[in-house]
Amino acid sequence: MYKDVLKGIQDAGLFKQERFIHSAQAADIEVEYPAGSPLKEVINICANNYLGLSSHPEVVKAAHEGLDTHGYGMSSVRFICGTQDIHHELEQKVTEFLGTEDTILFPSCMDANAGVFEAILTKDDVMISDRLVHASIIDGIRLCSAMHDTFKHSDMRHLENKLQLHHDQRLKVVITDGVFSMDGDTAKLDEMAVLCEKYDALLFVDDSHASGFIGKRGRGTHEKYGVMDKVDIITTTFGKGLGGASGGCVSGRKELVEMCRQKARPYLFSNTIAPPVVAGVIKVLEILSANTELRDKLEKNTEFWRNGLTEAGFVLKDGDTPIVPVMLFNAKLAQDVSKDLYDEGIYAIGFFFPVVPQGQARIRTQISAGHEIHHLEKALSAFIKVGKKYNILGKTKQEIIEMYGM
Amino acid sequence: MEEMLENVKEYVIDEYVEDDTEITYDTPLITGGIVDSFSMVSLKRFLENKYEISIPDDKATPEAFDSINKICALVKEYMG
Ligand SMILES: Cc1ncc(COP(=O)(O)O)c(C=O)c1O
Repeated sequence: MYKDVLKGIQDAGLFKQERFIHSAQAADIEVEYPAGSPLKEVINICANNYLGLSSHPEVVKAAHEGLDTHGYGMSSVRFICGTQDIHHELEQKVTEFLGTEDTILFPSCMDANAGVFEAILTKDDVMISDRLVHASIIDGIRLCSAMHDTFKHSDMRHLENKLQLHHDQRLKVVITDGVFSMDGDTAKLDEMAVLCEKYDALLFVDDSHASGFIGKRGRGTHEKYGVMDKVDIITTTFGKGLGGASGGCVSGRKELVEMCRQKARPYLFSNTIAPPVVAGVIKVLEILSANTELRDKLEKNTEFWRNGLTEAGFVLKDGDTPIVPVMLFNAKLAQDVSKDLYDEGIYAIGFFFPVVPQGQARIRTQISAGHEIHHLEKALSAFIKVGKKYNILGKTKQEIIEMYGM
Repeated sequence: MEEMLENVKEYVIDEYVEDDTEITYDTPLITGGIVDSFSMVSLKRFLENKYEISIPDDKATPEAFDSINKICALVKEYMG
């Protein structure tokens, strides 16, 4: 019954295949690709391992200790007998780190986003979301009975129109990602906070691609824009910069967090984060609170990488986050470049429709504090070699599209 | 009527069209994939505010909203 559907996906060139990594997640990894091939040592520049903490010795050690002292699993949801002292401790540490009032853990940020809106809103309310928010937010919006509307990506005039249009709803929530994962741009939280104040709306930010490294102390997009006390709800993940294992949370105004504790279904009906991971994330927050060494290194690495690619003549998406999209526009070109990079020992993936809009295919590179300059130099020379092969260095968007099509 | 058609067209283009797709009064909006049924909400609210009417939810169907001509006909019905 599904044969034709699957074939359709394959024919459209959209079939997703996993690549097996035989080592721990890090800058240098060992990959089996395609399946059955001999292992190849490559440099990973497409992980969300922004701070290089995924296999950090101190984090691994803390997780081991957590395993020894608190066991492997809880065999229960939180409110029956699935809450340990360390879950509570982690919630307090996250609250402190993000500068909020309270925090509740979720099995993942996907679950946090899926559960939060339904827990705090009713059909008398309205959710106004940026058109490019993450899929998990869309799912959460779908599960909620409140009215839904959107504004054009980062378009403050349009957002204001929508706030005026819905001025008579009981609660208005403006919803955005802090850092947008496909383009690497940041939400204009300063302007959004002003609008939310003016129209008496709540501000919701998913900071999954920001927590730990955006802002001077790495607290997130709200720190970068100087609105630490103006964001009502933050959701974030522990599955990217903050250690990369798993888990997420809702952090923000006390009563909103309390509503999640009473009503959010993924919290009520699914096991929370396992003890060794909780112990690992606590260590991560300790490391990041002690000093800003890692986020500073990440900032330097990102600057090196952006400058290097720009000087080489690639077309990049503007921005200052460690997500650096190299624009190729054509889907096949993106796949070909990705493959050639792999042959050169660089692991970076092509993204194309429907993950990004038609005609905006790209290689999304992601920089890490786990990279040393020699990794980035090697990756850069591979990009230049492949860029020369396809004759796209120094070419404009228009010229690349003329050569390869949209 | 002409003015209403132009106003609604302007709103639809500003709200939903990101490139230079041509829109006429008969272009299928919902079945044509220009307006997703998710964001019909704001279109309905815009009409209600602008023309000071109230369209019952069961009349605000994807069919009734599928072109600018149809939308204006619906609005007329409620303007009395
Ligand atoms: C913006 C955003 N929110 C949420 C998630 C989901 O995070 P998790 O892996 O914790 O479910 C992701 C991960 O892809 C994301 O990019």
